[in-house]
Amino acid sequence: MSALLQAQGVKVALGGQAVLHGIDLDISAGWTAIVGPNGAGKSTLLRALAGLEPLAGGQVLVQGQSLSALPPLQRARRLAWLAQSGQTSGELNVRETVQLGRIAQRGLMGALDATDARAVAHAMLETGCTDWAQRRLHTLSGGERQRVLLARVLATEAPLLLLDEPTTHLDAPHQVALARLFVRLARGTTPDGTARAVVTVLHDLPVALHADRVLVLQSGRLVADGSPNSTALHRALERVFDHAVRVTPGPPRARVALAIEEDRDDHPQEA
Amino acid sequence: MTPPSTSGRSATAGTSGGALLDGPVNSAAMGADSLDEDARARRRLGFALGLLMLLSALAGLATGTKGFSPAALWTDLQGEQASLILGQIRAPRTLGAAFVGALLGLGGAIAQGLFRNPLADPYLLGAAAGAGLAVVLVLAGAAVTGTVISLATVAWLDRVGLVLAAFVGALTGVAMTLTLAQGAVHTLRLLLAGVVVAVLLGALSDLVTVASPDALRGKQAFMLGSTSFLGWQAVVLLAGGAAVLTALAMRCARALDALTLGEDSAASMGVALPRMRLLLVALLAAATALAVAHAGLVAFVGLVAPHLVRRHAPGAHAWLLGASAAMGAVLLMAADVVSRAVIPPQELAVGVVTAVLGGVYLFVLLRRRGLQ
Repeated sequence: MSALLQAQGVKVALGGQAVLHGIDLDISAGWTAIVGPNGAGKSTLLRALAGLEPLAGGQVLVQGQSLSALPPLQRARRLAWLAQSGQTSGELNVRETVQLGRIAQRGLMGALDATDARAVAHAMLETGCTDWAQRRLHTLSGGERQRVLLARVLATEAPLLLLDEPTTHLDAPHQVALARLFVRLARGTTPDGTARAVVTVLHDLPVALHADRVLVLQSGRLVADGSPNSTALHRALERVFDHAVRVTPGPPRARVALAIEEDRDDHPQEA
Repeated sequence: MTPPSTSGRSATAGTSGGALLDGPVNSAAMGADSLDEDARARRRLGFALGLLMLLSALAGLATGTKGFSPAALWTDLQGEQASLILGQIRAPRTLGAAFVGALLGLGGAIAQGLFRNPLADPYLLGAAAGAGLAVVLVLAGAAVTGTVISLATVAWLDRVGLVLAAFVGALTGVAMTLTLAQGAVHTLRLLLAGVVVAVLLGALSDLVTVASPDALRGKQAFMLGSTSFLGWQAVVLLAGGAAVLTALAMRCARALDALTLGEDSAASMGVALPRMRLLLVALLAAATALAVAHAGLVAFVGLVAPHLVRRHAPGAHAWLLGASAAMGAVLLMAADVVSRAVIPPQELAVGVVTAVLGGVYLFVLLRRRGLQ
């Protein structure tokens, strides 16, 4: 399958400090999880892939076209990005927020029609925010807000979804629900029949190990890339997390545990 | 909402069907539009603003040398000078105040959306300081040459010259801010540049007033804000400006909505941020310059009008921009009436009235928020 998104020698420097040291990457349809310790450059990589970070070198291609050459709306039709922290201002309600996803299709002036209403309703249904359509964003909890913002991303109907820690603020049931949603989205297509790629930066290793592919980032370099069932990936995870986690193979899925030996008798902690 | 049940397999089937969360979809929520509290609040406020506009316009006509007096309005209407008093003085002044208020309300709503800060006001980007300096320069210049030029020239300078100078000064102030910030690429840099330009131009105009005390009096009047001298020509200009700028701002409403989710999110949604920011700054500058040029530095209307709208009937920017303009119009028309009614036949500078009322409003708001 041809790559939806390609990074070729992508370098990013923040405040004169190199954060990404030449990342080469092909993203195809399916669910890809990016993991790594704090400060590894995960969010920066996602921002670079979304065209939100000026590159110090290399380039990003979306469906074969240079990202930097695409006009903003065309870019928004091809890829949608979800911010890490759901900081919002203003008084938009949930539906109005999700409708912003349709800017990609309608531009800033175009009126929304029945197609848009369907896309918005569907996105809200998928993320479970239909019931609070009229509530204003700042009256929601962090987890609820995060789901509304995810619905906004889904409403774009872009084939590439770049999500920065979408499970932050969510309790276990909703993390599970989101993981299921990612699986479903990654197997499906957009309304125009394009296969979808979901790329998520994740802190939760157990969730990440349900992805189709896991990328491990450390100090701005890609140090492992593979199926969540591969032994090499498990060892790489243990290494980059300083052996604070232990990964054991399935079936059906690999499991992660925090290696807190001394506390084992008191509170065995699942990661 | 309902979390997913552990047996929610059915919800995972298919890509297009099935909710993620398999609780029953609340059918009431589907039809909730008709029950939407915010929409009703907006309708109520829209109606109230329309009514208040009408009432404050009538009050504006009924307020004269005897203060606010509907009875006096009746007598004035019967009198021989009705067309002069009402047609040439009170009507344009009242309408002018409405449009100046509308421009400030609109500018405030744009500034608060653009800077994602509820404390932003239209004077932030150096427009006020620029207009102030320009007025001082013209007055000082007139004072220097006043001995040799005719009275008519001074009068002309007074009416047309000052308006034009203040307009150009306000735009120059914003242009300086944009230059210093190297365009509108970084919001924070833009705000900082605005502060620097305001301090710099303010210091310059202080310097001029030290050298030319005559200019000080004029500057003071300008800084206080006044609606006393608005004539029909000004009303036409202000009305045209308010209509065009409101229409243009409405076209940016969705971009301002997108900005509420953060600049990066807005950019990822397809908003061409640098261009949009520049357009919004231009609209803000034009609205402010037009208002300041005609009525001086009327305080607080630009800050308070969007606040009042958001407080009583929040909504997306398509509503907020228009409603803030209407609220600004009502506020300044009412302030204009108060400024004439308090100590008749004298009048207060309308800016003093808005400053006192706006200050009290913010004080109460802060107290209440603090207690919560």
